[in-house]
Amino acid sequence: MTEKDSNQMKRKLKIGWFTFTCCEGCAIIFIELLNDHFNEWKEKIDFKHIKMLKSRNELKNLDLAVVEGAISTQKDLDRLLEIRKNAKYVMAVGSCAITGMPAGLRNRFNQKQKKEISNVLKKFGYLERVEPVSKYIKVDSKVHGCPMDGELFVKEINTYLEKSR
Amino acid sequence: MHNVSDISIKDLSKIEGHGSVDIKVSRNKVKDLKLKIVENKRFYTQAVRGLSIENISSLVSRICGTCSLSHMTCCLEAIENGLGITPSDQSMALRHLSMNGTIARDHAMHLYMFCLPDVFGKDSVLDFDKEQMKVVEDGLKVKKAANSLSTLAAGRAVHAPYPKIGGFTQIPKKEDVKIVLKELVSVREHVLDLIDIFFNADFEFFCSARNIALTDKKFNFVEGRISDSEGKVVNEKEFAGHLHRVVIPYSQATGFGYKGERYLVGSISRLNLNKYNLHRKTMRDAGEYLSVFPSQNIFHNNLAQAIEILHCIDASVEILESSDFKLEKFPEIKKKTGEGIGVVEAPRGTLYYELNIKEGIVQDGLLVIPTAQNQVNMEKDIGELVQQNLDAGFDKHTIEHNIEKLIRAYDPCMSCASHFLRVNWKD
Repeated sequence: MTEKDSNQMKRKLKIGWFTFTCCEGCAIIFIELLNDHFNEWKEKIDFKHIKMLKSRNELKNLDLAVVEGAISTQKDLDRLLEIRKNAKYVMAVGSCAITGMPAGLRNRFNQKQKKEISNVLKKFGYLERVEPVSKYIKVDSKVHGCPMDGELFVKEINTYLEKSR
Repeated sequence: MHNVSDISIKDLSKIEGHGSVDIKVSRNKVKDLKLKIVENKRFYTQAVRGLSIENISSLVSRICGTCSLSHMTCCLEAIENGLGITPSDQSMALRHLSMNGTIARDHAMHLYMFCLPDVFGKDSVLDFDKEQMKVVEDGLKVKKAANSLSTLAAGRAVHAPYPKIGGFTQIPKKEDVKIVLKELVSVREHVLDLIDIFFNADFEFFCSARNIALTDKKFNFVEGRISDSEGKVVNEKEFAGHLHRVVIPYSQATGFGYKGERYLVGSISRLNLNKYNLHRKTMRDAGEYLSVFPSQNIFHNNLAQAIEILHCIDASVEILESSDFKLEKFPEIKKKTGEGIGVVEAPRGTLYYELNIKEGIVQDGLLVIPTAQNQVNMEKDIGELVQQNLDAGFDKHTIEHNIEKLIRAYDPCMSCASHFLRVNWKD
C-alpha cells in the first residue's frame, strides 16, 4: 500500500443512513445503487450507521448523515436532533424528508378522520403534525424525488467525497 | 449454564422497516415476549377514503418502497374486478413481468444483503472477505437484472409509473427487451449458486402453522386461487370472512388468524403448496433442492426465495421471447360503482385488497398484509426458540443473534405491516 493509499484509507467519508416515517423506498433506491457502486463506495466510505446492512451501528462524529422520511413522533424528533449534533452535514433525501409528504397525509385529514386516529396518536407519542426534516434542523443538501432520484444522489455523494479529500 | 436476564433488542437490523423484541426471562423460563412493529403509521386506512380510482394505486404504492409494485398491482386488480374491467393478455403479461421483477429483486436483496452475513458468520456484507465478496458481486448482478426487468415492464422498480387501470401507459421497446433478456440469462448461473448456498445452510427451526398461498397451474404471483395446506381452496370473497384480527396492543400492526389458527404466508407456503407448477427449466435445474418441500423448517423460506428467483427469471424469459408488444387502447371504464377484490402474491406472501367504490371514488378499503398475517406465528416461534436456547444454556448474545436470524428467515416487512386498511370487518 502506498502512502497515498493509506492516507485515503484514513480519510474515508463517515456516513450514516437514517430512516424516519416513510415507505423506505429511498433506501431501496440506495440498495439498488449498490449494484453499480458497491466496491467503489466500500473503498471510500465508512458506513458507520446503516441498519439495513449491519447490526452494529454507531452514531458519533459522522461526516454525513443521510435522512429519509418525515418527522411524525417525539421519538423521531429526539433522534433527528441527536443526528444533527453528531454529523458535520445532513442530507435530506426523498419527498417525505424534504416536503413531509406523502408521509404526512394526516395533516390534511378532516375532523372525522382526525377523531378516528386520535387514540393511536396519543398512545404512541405522535406529534400534532408531520413535518419535513428542515422544520427542526439545518439541512445541508437535498435529493428530491419520490423515491429519491438515484443519479442525483450519486452526484451529491460525489460532492461530499470530493470535499473530504 | 448462563444466567440470562431479560432480553431486549431495540432496533432489529437487516430487515425491512422498524421492529423490536422484548422478552422477560425468570429462572431460565420465558415469561413474556413482545414482538413489536414500531414502524410509524401514516394512516393510509383513512387517507384512501375519498380518493379517485385514478389516483389510489400510486398512493398505496407509497405504503412500502420494496413492495410497491405488489400494492399497486393488487389495488388495480381490485378496482378492475369491482368495475368489470378485463385487462388484455398483453397487459397481464406485463403484470407478470413486473411482479416477477419485484419478487426477484426483493428476494435477492433479502438473501444477498440481509441473510448471507448469517450464513457466512459475519455481521454485514461490508465485512466480507474476498471469497465471500465474490458471491455478493454475483448477487449485485442478479439484483440489477431483476431491477431492469421491473423497469422494462413498469417504468421503475419503486413507485412505478406505467401500470394503470386496465393496462400500461407504455410498452417495452424491442431493443430494451433484448438487453434485459441477455441480462436475465447471464445471471441464471449465479442464482443456482445461491440456491446451493441456502440448501446447504444448516439452520433449522420447525414451525407447524398452516400454509396459505395463491396457487395456479402456472406458478405465478398475479393469478390463481387462494389455497391452504389442508388442500382447501378458498373463494376470494370468503377469504376475509375466515380471518380474525388479533389485536396486539404493543404493536403498531394488527395480526391475523385463519379459521381460528395461526398461519403462514410467503415463499415457503408457495413452494409447499405449488412446487410442481414451477417453470419447467426451474424444475429441471433445481430439482434436487425442491425435494425438501413441503417443509416446516422456516429457514427453508430462504431456500424457497432463492428458487423463486430462478423461476422468475425462467418464466420472464419465456414471456419476453414470445411477446411482440404493441401499444394498446385502454378498456373503457363503463361502470363506476362496485366492490372488488384483488389478491396477489407479494414477495412476503398473500396480499389482499377489498375496495368499495362509488361513482369512481373509493369509499372504503380492507387490506390484508403478508407480514401482519405472519406476525402472530413469528412471535410464537421466537418464544419457543428462546426457551430452547435457554434450555441449551446459550448466552444472551447468542440468543439475541438467533432471534434476529429467525426473524430474517421470516423476512418480515414492517413498513407494510403497520398499514392495513380496515373497514366492514366481519367479526
